[in-house]
Amino acid sequence: MTNKYDAIIIGAGHNGLTNGAYLAKAGLNVLVLEKNSYIGGATVSRELYTDWKYSNCSYVCSLLRPEIIRDLELPRHGLQVVPYGGGVTFKENGDYFGNHADHERLLREVARHSKRDASAYERYEADVMKQTRLIRPFLMRTPPDPTSLKPRDLKELAVLAKSFGSMGEEGLADTIRFWTMSIGDFLDEYFESDVIKSHLAGSGIIGTALGVYSPGTAYVLLHHYMGDVDGSVGAWGFARGGMGSVAAALSASFQSFGGTIQCDAEVDQIIIKNGKAKGVALANGNELYADIVVSNLDPKRTFLKIMDEGDLPSDVVTKAKNFKIRGSSGKLNIALDGLPTFTGLPKDSPLCLGEKHFIDSLPRMERAYDDWKAGTWSKDPYVDMLIPTQIDPTMAPPGKHMMSVFVQYAPPKVNGEDWTAEDKAGFEKTVIDQISNYSPDFKDLILHCETRTPKDIEDEVGLTEGNIFMGELTFDQLLFNRPFPGYAQYRGPVKGMYMCSSGSHPGGGVMAAPGANAAREILMDLKLNNTVPGGYDDD
Amino acid sequence: MIPHDETMILETPFYSRCLAACEINLWEDWKGYRSAAAYTSVEQEYFAVRSNTGVFDISPMIKYRFTGPDAEAYLNRLVTRDISKLGIDRVAYTVWCDDNGQVMDDGTIFHLGENDYRLCAYARCLDWLMWSAEGFDVTIVDETAEIAALAVQGPTSCSVFKNMGFTGIENLKPFGINRYPFEGSEVMISRTGFTGDLGYEIWVDPALAETFWDRLFEAGKLWGIRAIGSAALDMLRTETGFLQAGVDFIPAEEAIRTGRSRSPFELGLGWLVSFDKPVFNGRKALLKEKKEGSRYAFVYLDVEGNKPAEHAFIYAGSKEVGTVTTAAWCPTAKTNVAFAQVDAQYGKVGQELVAEIYYERELKWTRVMAKCTVIEGAVFNPPRKRQTPAPDF
Repeated sequence: MTNKYDAIIIGAGHNGLTNGAYLAKAGLNVLVLEKNSYIGGATVSRELYTDWKYSNCSYVCSLLRPEIIRDLELPRHGLQVVPYGGGVTFKENGDYFGNHADHERLLREVARHSKRDASAYERYEADVMKQTRLIRPFLMRTPPDPTSLKPRDLKELAVLAKSFGSMGEEGLADTIRFWTMSIGDFLDEYFESDVIKSHLAGSGIIGTALGVYSPGTAYVLLHHYMGDVDGSVGAWGFARGGMGSVAAALSASFQSFGGTIQCDAEVDQIIIKNGKAKGVALANGNELYADIVVSNLDPKRTFLKIMDEGDLPSDVVTKAKNFKIRGSSGKLNIALDGLPTFTGLPKDSPLCLGEKHFIDSLPRMERAYDDWKAGTWSKDPYVDMLIPTQIDPTMAPPGKHMMSVFVQYAPPKVNGEDWTAEDKAGFEKTVIDQISNYSPDFKDLILHCETRTPKDIEDEVGLTEGNIFMGELTFDQLLFNRPFPGYAQYRGPVKGMYMCSSGSHPGGGVMAAPGANAAREILMDLKLNNTVPGGYDDD
Repeated sequence: MIPHDETMILETPFYSRCLAACEINLWEDWKGYRSAAAYTSVEQEYFAVRSNTGVFDISPMIKYRFTGPDAEAYLNRLVTRDISKLGIDRVAYTVWCDDNGQVMDDGTIFHLGENDYRLCAYARCLDWLMWSAEGFDVTIVDETAEIAALAVQGPTSCSVFKNMGFTGIENLKPFGINRYPFEGSEVMISRTGFTGDLGYEIWVDPALAETFWDRLFEAGKLWGIRAIGSAALDMLRTETGFLQAGVDFIPAEEAIRTGRSRSPFELGLGWLVSFDKPVFNGRKALLKEKKEGSRYAFVYLDVEGNKPAEHAFIYAGSKEVGTVTTAAWCPTAKTNVAFAQVDAQYGKVGQELVAEIYYERELKWTRVMAKCTVIEGAVFNPPRKRQTPAPDF
């Protein structure tokens, strides 16, 4: 077996595999290394209970770039994304808000809570759509360096300026406010109904160690709205077979171009010689060589764990240490003996296909954040719960179900100490009790539950503090500042070393854009033909 | 029996059940029958067929029955395909032509027994069928209203039937026919369909239609069964490359303007023409066309970008060479596909063409010249469509 490749990619998550696919497509001999015995990173499906497949980490799909899905022929390699509609936020008083997929039906439901909000909803939708329209064209582009005078950077800056300019003076002011304000303040400008605000606010805090009234959370909402399923912007879907089928299809595509994947191969160190990347040293002592080394690990792990401080400029070490990647969420994956019922909601309601939340006001959500700040998990958490087996027959036996419960907030350490088994049980109980309050038969249907704290996610997947976005999505860490100023074009501080993870532009959420954008830069440096497609145009 | 009354639009044998399922009241007229365009949401109906099971009421489809000692010989003379090779309990897709070799319609022939066949068609053609029957000992009956039929399509469709007690259904091969006892009568199940997925069509006595529907939906509950309308079906057939009569070609008998009809070769259906047969309708003209060349080619196009090339003109360089007949963004294949008729020399796989696409955003029209490539065929073609035994999902 050879130990010399053209390029070595560290981490077989979706971005590593995407990066590898485009490099291999350009003719390079590419090796992807994975520390676990299975690929996928956080896009993974695992059978931890016989006949049940869990999407252990990421659980829904919208941001995965359609350009990449099509170009790498992922459907032919087995990927099928099935959209779901609906969604419910249950109220403490026994009522609920149903987020219907049908527009007019939704407005009627909003009006049930507030007639005025039903009218404001259309203004809200248009305003959010203006913002998605601004950001979407930049997902498949490398951010310009605003300090550079290179023709390419100047050209890209001009593209950026033109897009912002097209918003108009008022639009520009709105945009700057939107990118910096809190989701709570933003929603307060549209709605009066608590339950509607709380239903929408969830997208502003998911995966983020901020509260609904923390500045910067409005953008996080945008991050959840800017994807699409078949052109329906803001729609979300399930990957049939679980999120692991994203990684499986990418891996099949990568291998169809001649790429190699090696599992159980944890990288200990990136080998640097004379200021150039030369390969990697594995934890088992083996060394593998390549002039291109791409890290799909988050910026902290990349620069502080598998690179030597002495090989790096000191500003990079400092910036990596300061990089904001705080753990704020946990997850429960549950095997169910049947479909649970929810108080007040007919079992066959189309609302049931979507996500369910059990927190009905912004103050309650803010209190959930207060618990996190105080060093513990939220006692009354925001959960994003889905039962994909209602439309995906492949993840559990007929009539049985798989429930995915994303939980916000959960701290990386409990009161400054490592999570104990007792803490974990307490966290699990908090979540199950909250759901049970709205579903009397839920507890009796539980066959198995996998509970994952931020620590568990870090240990298994390798995301620092279990941060699902590989770094928070706040303006100080976005676009040409992601992961840090001066390093947003996927090139590392050492020649031949690159970054392709969600820690780079445009961030996390299973987009595969960082992997593809990084490949385009690498191929440009190698003076090879670009294999990466451009982005689709919304207009 | 066609009722003689003043009803404006007929109801299929499943109508009561369709009505109950049709939450959004979107109906259309299919050959005189009230047929659902959508029941709840087109998107969810489409995905029911790609992920679970979708049920489409195909009862209005035109159906003819052929019996008598010359039934086989007659059909072999009528259609372009060699029917003598079609075994009993097998189904074949075919076209039939007029004497000029122009396609009158496409459809499926079911070989039900010795000299006993059913033809399912898009257009009514009894007159042509009778005309072609001169000299043959064959009885032809329009049995459209005598048979209730459903298309039951999608990856879990086999599981649903197994759960209904149709033992061994998983071993039914594509284009095969099985029969099962049902409520003292019989239901016929063929592994056929218009969706390109694993799927079946069921054929039952109209008197049992409602019972069958109820039992089917009860059995399908755990497998995500859902009624689907014609809007979803159109997306499904596009993705899998199936032509629609009246959309992708004009049946020869309906064409008014000279030159608007098409031959099988011009529709990419040359594989259905069996010149080994000494005689069939249109043979002479088709032989001539084969020798001298066709006027047009039917092509599948992979269209760059995400704007569907609906009604687009097709160019080779600056020369206009054809038009699009069907176009859509395919939600499962994640590809922008178009069917087009182009001048014959531009129909080769790999040919690069350009589609002139117009689309509107908030009253502003934009024109894009999108690059297209002629591709081999369907963009959606999963293994489960062919697998026997059929998979569980």
